[in-house]
Amino acid sequence: MAETGKVVDEIRDPWYHRWGGFFGEWRRRYRGLDDRQQRQVGIILRVAIVILLFFIGWPVALLVAALFTAQFAVGYLPPPYRRYGRFAIPLIVLLVVLTYPFYLGNLGTMSLLGDYPTLGTMTIMGVFSMMAVGLNIVVGYAGLLDLGYVAFYAMGAYTVAWFASVQFAHRSVHLGASGVAGSTPGIHISIWALLAIAGIFTAFIGIMIGLPTLRLRGDYLAIVTLGFGEILPQIARNGDSLAGFNLTNGPNGITPIDPPGFGRLNFLTGSGTFWTSERLFFWAVLVLVAITIFCSLRLRDSRLGRAWIAIREDETAAAAMGVPLMRTKTWAYATGAFFGGVAGAYFASFKQSTFPGDFSFNISAFILSMVILGGMGNVWGVVFGACFLSFLNQQGLSDIGHSFNHTFGTNLDVPKYQFGIYGLIIVATMLLRPEGLIPSARRKAEFHEGVHDAPLYDAQHE
Amino acid sequence: MSDVPKNGDDILVAENIRKEFGGLVASNDVDFTIPRGSVVSLIGPNGAGKTTFFNMLTGVYKPTAGRITFDGLDVTGKPPHFITERGIGRTFQNIRLFQNMTALENVLVGMHARLRGGIIGSILRTPRIKTEEEEARVRGRELLRYCGLRNTDDEVSRNLSYGDQRRLEVARALATKPKLLLLDEPTAGMNPQETGDFTAFVEKLRSEEGLTVLLIEHDMRVVMNCSDRVTVLDYGEKIAEGTPQEVQRDTRVIEAYLGKQAVEASQ
Repeated sequence: MAETGKVVDEIRDPWYHRWGGFFGEWRRRYRGLDDRQQRQVGIILRVAIVILLFFIGWPVALLVAALFTAQFAVGYLPPPYRRYGRFAIPLIVLLVVLTYPFYLGNLGTMSLLGDYPTLGTMTIMGVFSMMAVGLNIVVGYAGLLDLGYVAFYAMGAYTVAWFASVQFAHRSVHLGASGVAGSTPGIHISIWALLAIAGIFTAFIGIMIGLPTLRLRGDYLAIVTLGFGEILPQIARNGDSLAGFNLTNGPNGITPIDPPGFGRLNFLTGSGTFWTSERLFFWAVLVLVAITIFCSLRLRDSRLGRAWIAIREDETAAAAMGVPLMRTKTWAYATGAFFGGVAGAYFASFKQSTFPGDFSFNISAFILSMVILGGMGNVWGVVFGACFLSFLNQQGLSDIGHSFNHTFGTNLDVPKYQFGIYGLIIVATMLLRPEGLIPSARRKAEFHEGVHDAPLYDAQHE
Repeated sequence: MSDVPKNGDDILVAENIRKEFGGLVASNDVDFTIPRGSVVSLIGPNGAGKTTFFNMLTGVYKPTAGRITFDGLDVTGKPPHFITERGIGRTFQNIRLFQNMTALENVLVGMHARLRGGIIGSILRTPRIKTEEEEARVRGRELLRYCGLRNTDDEVSRNLSYGDQRRLEVARALATKPKLLLLDEPTAGMNPQETGDFTAFVEKLRSEEGLTVLLIEHDMRVVMNCSDRVTVLDYGEKIAEGTPQEVQRDTRVIEAYLGKQAVEASQ
């Protein structure tokens, strides 16, 4: 009998529940504390995090300590200034990041993660932040699981590739492009204009994809978006002869793509020792990320944002309150697509190329991981997740691999296991902190107590 | 209770409403009208098809056959948000608040159809949008006061007490600026004191706001106290209709609720 009991226990309480329970126990105890004790625990935890970060590198620890202090100090501002408190942390982050190129050289290296991100890495981190913030509108706000987000990234990239390269060599259109000789064949339009055009075009494609698919719920929607995420790169791959017309140049991709620039100031060559190419690309992406975050926050607090969250919480109730489901979901999809398109366009111009191979399902999953790791629904969390994972992808993993091999005398090619490692990170997140590292208050509650959205429809309506 | 409009002005006319789920007839050619400015109750034993009927009026279900006219407009099979915009507000039998949104946010979602803020305007926060949002917030807080919710505006709605959640459901429905308010078992789980307050509140809605109310209710005291007219459904069919007193005496109603023997015994 005892044996049977043990087996039943194992079924009821598999090892991961036991581990989850281990952490859950701490969480329960924490919830049992009163406000003052919780604040004290919060302070102790923050100090512990800062001390831990010191082992990685003092500048990181210093930055995080400054952020924690700011967060703490905001509560003690005299009332008339308190409303400005919410700008404190973004302002610190902005200053630190904006001046990054000037002190990068003096930073040294981090003990586990290797070198601090180069400006090129930072630019890519910015691009992925934009995409993650865009995806967050679809997944985090409106609760629509989109597994094909890479399709929008591809659309943006190809839009820039068509209108700022030698792809259509039989035409010769020059409109505000910098650093392109007037005699170069093909269409060359200013990248800044193309970013907007790519965004709008991608949003339009998003609406086209959304109209038939957004009638589906949950898993079905995820599967259909997965399909679209596969279809678009395939079109790019096979688009070198669409009824005899070379649209995408097939697997060879389109290259070179014009760099952005202002008149004589070309981002590829830069100008002098101050305005170097790397710095220009980096600062430009900062501006784009800032705009994306700004739009995302404004939308969250608007009529539309409320409707998105309402749909996520309970579709039937939202419809009964006068929220048009299809239109509102399509807006979420289009907005997410817009930012994905702009990010893709900028990235293509930064890399000066676009290939069908860049747009695999891995990227969709990668961006989704950023959203999940950072904290669905919270823009700051998502930006952190995007920066962290794309840093690992660009530099961190290979540096970790080097120090690992150096320490243990092994010969592992760590970056080769990247997707396994990201998978582990996501599994660990889901077990230990399912709401993400920096969650939104709402999402946190949902993950701990669940939402009750029982479908009630027998027919889906517009 | 006595001042039923007699001019034949009906805010809602449902003709021959039929709904089949596979072989099950949940609503069997029901004719139903709601006079403007009245309080009408829909009663019937469990499973009689009351909520199904409700869901057809609000567009959640499409009727298999029949025609629903609201305020002179054919709304048969129209989507829920369209019907809400025309002026039918509703609550749910099992509370369906947006649980992780605050009470005020819940009410603001209810105002969705009455606000105009679009995507560009929201990002730029134009003066027009800004004033619209501010006014909506003020109106939302007033509405919460009106429905008897105090000091809970910024409380997440899942943390509200059961009674307050019921009140918030009504406040959210009122935020859609309805002409006709559908309440699906609003007093379920309330104590007699709260039920009494609620009955008075429905009276107030009718007299002060000029609302027409359709009520699904199990509590007969509420039904008898505040309705002008009662319609009884059983197995998807309308078996009686009339003033509360008439319905109370109807043998088919007693039969539906208590069984045949009860009728025979009483005779």
